[in-house]
Amino acid sequence: MAKVTIKVNGKNQTRTVEDRMLLVDFLRDELKLTGTHIGCDTSQCGCCTVHVDGRAVKSCSMLAAQVNGASVVTIEGLAKKGKLHPIQRAYSECHGLQCGFCTPGMIMATAGLLKDKPNPTEEEIYKGLEGNLCRCTGYINIVKAVKMSAKLLRGKKH
Amino acid sequence: MYSLSYVKAKSVKEAAEFVARNPDAKLLAGGMTLIPTLKQRLARPTHVVDIANLPELRGIAAKGGKLVIGAGTKHHEVATSAVVKKAIPALAGLAGEIGDPQVRNRGTIGGSLANNDPAADYPAAALGLGATVVTTKRSIAADDFFQGLFTTALEEGEVIVGVEFPMPKRAAYSKFPHPASGYAMAGVFIAQTAGGVRVAVTGAGPGVFRWKEAEAALATGFKPAAIEGVKLDASGLNTDIHADGEYRANLVRVMAKRALAKLSGKK
Repeated sequence: MAKVTIKVNGKNQTRTVEDRMLLVDFLRDELKLTGTHIGCDTSQCGCCTVHVDGRAVKSCSMLAAQVNGASVVTIEGLAKKGKLHPIQRAYSECHGLQCGFCTPGMIMATAGLLKDKPNPTEEEIYKGLEGNLCRCTGYINIVKAVKMSAKLLRGKKH
Repeated sequence: MYSLSYVKAKSVKEAAEFVARNPDAKLLAGGMTLIPTLKQRLARPTHVVDIANLPELRGIAAKGGKLVIGAGTKHHEVATSAVVKKAIPALAGLAGEIGDPQVRNRGTIGGSLANNDPAADYPAAALGLGATVVTTKRSIAADDFFQGLFTTALEEGEVIVGVEFPMPKRAAYSKFPHPASGYAMAGVFIAQTAGGVRVAVTGAGPGVFRWKEAEAALATGFKPAAIEGVKLDASGLNTDIHADGEYRANLVRVMAKRALAKLSGKK
């Protein structure tokens, strides 16, 4: 067993878990943060995307023990004081989802993309979301949502 | 995943000694191949030894005509490094095309080389540039390092510390990624080096290999047209559900031309 302390959405969480426990299972089963989804279990779909020390990663492809001492942000950590994060707002307003299963991962991947490229071209958006699969939308409105997110986030800084 | 013990190494030396003592222990860096493999129960190590954040495995530096990259350096770091972009832009470009953004935020250059997946990108750069793989025991030339399907010259308990890339006059990489996995169906790295032209091919065969006939042809004329009619034996290339050997041979030729076209500024 491994004793891990992980700062999740700003709060230190200490648990003793099996060495083989995946980060996604730590978040969902130990912390009941079920916004992070498990879509494929083969590291392809990106539904489990969270940020570890500021970078987007697939939480199904990491052990909780590897993240010991690190800082994790999940989809639950984006909205502040009941107010949607600009990316969440953009996905809602652009209807960047249908069934919604991939959405938490899409939003966390979008946040990661916009951190590196605050004003991405359409091609950069496609490349930036390559690690995430959506089986409903055909991506058109997701790309719109990313563009709107970028605008909202840039506007916020000015 | 089968049960295992997680060990966080405090130094490369400690990690090397641990895996030497425990033959069924596995080194864990980014884990972008190892963790999915464990999840599918395709491997059953007793321990995973985490070397991901060891400071001695990190860093990028250009000195004395060489670009030196620590084994634990992540793909994203190589792709966005100003030092790499200036020294060997083709290498930065290659790193930025591996997998997807989440994979590039975790996966490491040392992990990719040690795994030697026959469709991975970094082996093509290492072989194409004539790199040297530096380990805890010795320095290994890329020509000796890669030994076919998931096989390298690494011995038990030997850990990659870094990679030294001699800076080429110019180099380019072009790959045809599988649309689902992003792995190369065929990827060709071409470099004009002090020692001549080198052409390394990944994704098409059972392991990365040098296309010597193309190297000879390009030595006499470094342009896309030189690739026309150069011999490439399709019988040794991979045949699977995605493409047969003939198809891959054609892809190799096309990727080689595209890499050369990049160098001449034409699309």
